[in-house]
Amino acid sequence: MTDKKIRVLVAKPGLDGHDRGAKVIARALRDAGMEVIYTGIRQTPEMIAEAALQEDVDVVGMSILSGAHMALFPRVMDLLRENGLDDVLVVVGGIIPDEDVPILREMGIKGVFGPGTPTDAIVDFVRENVQ
Amino acid sequence: MSDVLVDGVLAGQRRAIARAITVVENDGPEAWTVLAALHPHTGRAHIVGVTGPPGSGKSSLVNALALHFRRDASPRTVGIIAVDPTSPFSGGAILGDRIRMRDLAGDIGIFIRSMASRGNLGGLARATADAVRVLDAAGFDLVIVETVGAGQAEVDIARTAHTTIVVEVPGLGDDVQAIKAGILEVADVFVVNKADLEGADHAVMALRMMLDLNSGGPHTVMHHGRLAELVIPGTGEEENKKTAGAWRPPILKTVATRREGVAELAEAIVTHRSYLEQSGGLALRECERAAAELETIIQQESLRSVLARTDRARLAALVDQIVRRKMDPYTAGQRLLGR
Repeated sequence: MTDKKIRVLVAKPGLDGHDRGAKVIARALRDAGMEVIYTGIRQTPEMIAEAALQEDVDVVGMSILSGAHMALFPRVMDLLRENGLDDVLVVVGGIIPDEDVPILREMGIKGVFGPGTPTDAIVDFVRENVQ
Repeated sequence: MSDVLVDGVLAGQRRAIARAITVVENDGPEAWTVLAALHPHTGRAHIVGVTGPPGSGKSSLVNALALHFRRDASPRTVGIIAVDPTSPFSGGAILGDRIRMRDLAGDIGIFIRSMASRGNLGGLARATADAVRVLDAAGFDLVIVETVGAGQAEVDIARTAHTTIVVEVPGLGDDVQAIKAGILEVADVFVVNKADLEGADHAVMALRMMLDLNSGGPHTVMHHGRLAELVIPGTGEEENKKTAGAWRPPILKTVATRREGVAELAEAIVTHRSYLEQSGGLALRECERAAAELETIIQQESLRSVLARTDRARLAALVDQIVRRKMDPYTAGQRLLGR
C-alpha cells in the first residue's frame, strides 16, 4: 500500500525573469495531482541539479525565453548525469527555435514544448513518460 | 535494495538520503524496513520547528538561521524539511519554500527537502517525523522543520520538534488573539518577524502580556492519548511542573530578509537545548513523542487489519444501516472488531 505521487521540479535557469509560463505549468501539474517543487527565477544549472537530487523528483521542467537554452540546458543535463539522475524525465519550454529541437532531444531532453502548447498535452506527456 | 539505501543514508550520501525520504513518504513495507534499520542511529540531532501564519516569513527565517549556523556559529550541518499544503481537490501541491532558500544552494552541509502535507491537518505531513529521522540518522546536527502556514490549531510540530519557534508578524490582531489556546501555547521561542513594520512593539507587548498570565504550568505538549496516561512517568502534576515548567519563552524581533535578530534567535535555540538537557524536559519530550507515535501506529495498523479482513459488501451494508438509523456507528465498529 503506497502513496506514490509524481514529483516535478519546475525551474527557470538563466537571467530572464519571465516566469508567467512556468507558473501556469506548475499550476496545471498541481491540478493534475502532481507535487510541484517551484524554485523561482534565476537558477543556475548547479542549483537545479542540486534541487532535483535533494527533492528526488521524477521530472525536471525548465523554461527559458531569453535564447540562452543552448548554453544552459546541456550544462543541466551534464550535472544531472553526474549526480546519477539519468532516469529523471527532462522537459523544457519557452522560445526554442525548431532547428535546436533535435539537438536538445539528442541530449536526452524528452519533451520540448513551444508557445501555445495546451497544458493538457504537457500533463499527458509527463504522465506517459515518467518511469 | 533497502540495505544499500540504509548504508547510503548512514554514510551521508545525498542521493540515498533523498531516496530514503521518498520511501518513507510513500509508506508501505519498504518504509518500515528502512525506518527500523535507521532507528538505532537517530536521536542525536536537535530538531527545531518553525511555525506561523502564511506569509509571516518562515522560509526566509529558516534560510537566515541555516546561513547563520553554517557561517557564524560553530560549524554545524543543517537538514531542512519544508512542508506546504496539498490541494484537497486534486491531491497536487505547489511546494515553494525553496524560493526563499536560494542562499543555501551549493553548500553540502545543507540538505533541503520539500514535502506536501498529503491531507494531514496538523501542519505537517504524516511522514514528516520519519523524514526528520532520515536526516537525523544521516548525521545532520540540526534539523529544521518548517510547517505549512498555520493559524491557531496546527500544533503537531511541538510533538516533533525539541524547540518550537512560533513566528508572528505585526498587525495580525488584538490582544485577545494572544490569549487563545493553541499555537501560541506551544512556543518555546517567539519571533516577531518583519519587525521593521509598524506595530512590531505592540505585537511584542501582546505576547509578553500573554506570558505574564501564564501560571507556569506544564509546558510539554500532551497528546491527550490513552497511551500517554499509562506509560509516561511524571504525568502527575507536581513532577511535571518541576521538570519542565520553568522555561519562559523569549520574544525576539527579527527582519529575516536582512538577517537582523537572527544571531539572537540562534542563541535562544542553543539556550533552550541546554535547558531541556538540564531540566529533564528532553527525556520527557522524547517519551511523550514515542508514546504518541506508538499510539498512531496502533490506530493505523488496527484500521489496516480490520479493512484487510472485511469485504467491501459487508462494510457497505454496515454504512447503509448507520445511514438509515438501523444501527449506530459504535455498534457497527464493535461488529467489525469482532466483538
